[in-house]
Amino acid sequence: MKVSELIKTLNLTVATEPNFEDRDVTGCYIGDLLSWVMGKAQSGDAWITIMNNINIVAVASLTDSACIILCEGVSADEAVINKANSEGIIILKSGETAYSLACQLSGEI
Amino acid sequence: MIKKYDISGEDFSLAGEASSNFKSVLKRLGISTEIVRRVSIAMYEAEINTIIHGGGGECEAEIKSNAISVTFRDNGPGIANLELAMQEGYSTASEKIRELGFGAGMGLPNIKKYTDDMLIDTAPGKGTTLTLIINL
Repeated sequence: MKVSELIKTLNLTVATEPNFEDRDVTGCYIGDLLSWVMGKAQSGDAWITIMNNINIVAVASLTDSACIILCEGVSADEAVINKANSEGIIILKSGETAYSLACQLSGEI
Repeated sequence: MIKKYDISGEDFSLAGEASSNFKSVLKRLGISTEIVRRVSIAMYEAEINTIIHGGGGECEAEIKSNAISVTFRDNGPGIANLELAMQEGYSTASEKIRELGFGAGMGLPNIKKYTDDMLIDTAPGKGTTLTLIINL
């Protein structure tokens, strides 16, 4: 599944630059503790989290996550968005819970 | 090739700059994706530890013919109990640090997991020098 298809499937809002590289999403990881995510997330994962500080960009970049999905209506401030754009990280948003998003993704990737 | 980085102990928004920069260097050199990922993760954890626990320090990353070696040095308080620090879930990070999403007690265990060798020279009051080695 491509990121663009993920956006449609989960009805996500794109918070970062809309003209992103439409890469493959090959898995999903849910977590808010950055070191935990750093050790467990796999390359190509859609990372679902409520953590929205600037350090999420480095974690997504270094784990090679396909995108970050901020769930439960969490937003990222301008500094985070700018940093994500400069690093080529896609940040998506949803009002739904991580559980709900993961259930919808089940069987799709 | 050797790259050197200063790691600020005050600005969390810069955490990961050294790791991200070195990742770009490795990618440009055509190092395999899996090796780049392992180096990046281990380096980031060490960089965060240098900020949180060491109050900042320096990093020297070297690409050798058969391995990548990255050394972090800080003048922080040192690690009082290395055996405990190596246990998953054990952390001495403050509540403020935990609110930022760090302090899960996964730093050193993650570094060990993603490297081929990990050397630590530390003692209370002496600071910490950590060297990560990933074979090519």
